[in-house]
Amino acid sequence: MRLTDALLLVALTVAASAPASAQDLTGTLKKVKEAGALTIGYRDASVPFSYLDGSQKPVGYAFEICLKVADAVKAHLGLDKLDVRLNPVTSATRIPLIANGTIDLECGSTTNNADRQRQAAFTNTHFLTATRFVAKREKGLDKTDDLKGRTVVSTSGTTNIRQINEINAARGLGMRILPAKDHAEAFLMVETGRADAFVMDDVLLAALVAGSKTPEAYTISSEAQSRPEPYGIMLRKDDAAFKAVIDAATAALYKSPEGRALYDKWFTQPIPPRGINLKLPMSEAMRKACGSPSDSPDPAAY
Amino acid sequence: MNYTWNWGIFLEPSPEGAGTYADMLLSGLAWTVLTALCSWVIAFTLGSVVGVMRTLPSRTANAVGAAYVEGFRNVPLLVQMFLWYFVLPELLPARLGSAIKQMPDAPFYTAVLCLGFFTAARVAEQVRAGIRALPRGQAQAGLALGLTWGQTYRAVLLPNAYRILLPPLTSEFLNNLKNTSVALTIGLLELTARARSMQEFSFHVFEAFTAATLLYVALNLVVIAGATLLERRVAVPGGR
Repeated sequence: MRLTDALLLVALTVAASAPASAQDLTGTLKKVKEAGALTIGYRDASVPFSYLDGSQKPVGYAFEICLKVADAVKAHLGLDKLDVRLNPVTSATRIPLIANGTIDLECGSTTNNADRQRQAAFTNTHFLTATRFVAKREKGLDKTDDLKGRTVVSTSGTTNIRQINEINAARGLGMRILPAKDHAEAFLMVETGRADAFVMDDVLLAALVAGSKTPEAYTISSEAQSRPEPYGIMLRKDDAAFKAVIDAATAALYKSPEGRALYDKWFTQPIPPRGINLKLPMSEAMRKACGSPSDSPDPAAY
Repeated sequence: MNYTWNWGIFLEPSPEGAGTYADMLLSGLAWTVLTALCSWVIAFTLGSVVGVMRTLPSRTANAVGAAYVEGFRNVPLLVQMFLWYFVLPELLPARLGSAIKQMPDAPFYTAVLCLGFFTAARVAEQVRAGIRALPRGQAQAGLALGLTWGQTYRAVLLPNAYRILLPPLTSEFLNNLKNTSVALTIGLLELTARARSMQEFSFHVFEAFTAATLLYVALNLVVIAGATLLERRVAVPGGR
């Protein structure tokens, strides 16, 4: 970590002496300057981070952040015109496309963790998700202990189901935990009363509730069942100069009222294409993360 | 290419808690093999029956056989997988449907059925071709000896046809083996699904898929070796 910090400091000093000439540029900045283009990788169904709207155009919270970052890169390089190209990516193609230079930024809901940092770099965290549960409002479930003796569902093969199993064993809550094959089926089980609660990433739960027939009939627990997990915009590893520009741009954006407005736009207001409203006001941890932007993969840092 | 290779990744513990990434891929391989074998039992039996039906001197049998083959051969495998998994339980009576949905290992049973019925259509066409490849005199000779149609097929036509069919049926078996990967879309944790989740966790996508590819190739080579051995053992002495 010390070495990374030192590199960052050097990079920031370099970045401060903008606009730089093409000779001393390296890596992605050099590539962007020469091509006059920056390529953004977007996801097609990662609501509300990066997805296609009704007219098949990419939109979303992370996507807008990337557009702002592209503006910052343009200003840093002193270009009159920067061509922002778009390239769709999936969870399976994002790493190869970043590695081989097809895309320069990946804008979506990619979790930043220590294992992944060995393969790619992440800029400042733009969202924190945590494991919570959704239940019908009439059941009055809000804290982990309220689940004592209840039937709980989660999606098989996720880390969430592992977490709730561990909590169940550690606290002796005697929950009956059912695996469902996907998020939609798990939510359906809560809807039809076959399960009392569905344990999942809070942002996914918010999207399921918002898209349901009666969004006001559900509540998401205030107590989280895991520590926050950071999402970040992904870029190529070992490209300190480019990362410094991106870090500076995202930090400035997240600290500004504009960043807050951007969050509110995607998480507390109706979003395209169907005008659903996630009603997910900024959490305490997220507010902290915006005040002092960080690219740490460690949940304890938030 | 800005990519960090790490072939040691397979020995690192997987975040699923049990074992290493290598264990994860091997458990996927086990599901792939099990699914392929179980579905082949259905494909071979049903395919043989349908194939024979298409060569019988009966219009009804011909029509039923043809309808089966065209139905299962012309609908994409992925669509069939979804139909079996998502649509079938909804068409059954509610209680039976929800019992099926809550069955443990439902993706496995669904994949076996779906692949079995799909491959059966292809096997049926091979069996029909095999029987048709025999000289017509063979069936006539059998009937002239006083054998019934059933006896003629069992004692004369099928033993010859299957010997001709061994190489194309081996190909069909290999196709079936590789087609098991389509079952990842309904949640079967077979080899390709495991390679995908490994790259999801570790971001070492090339290592994961290289390993999966090598495992598929190795598995197919074993099958081919087995088929060659079988071909030699059942060859008619003095035959072609």
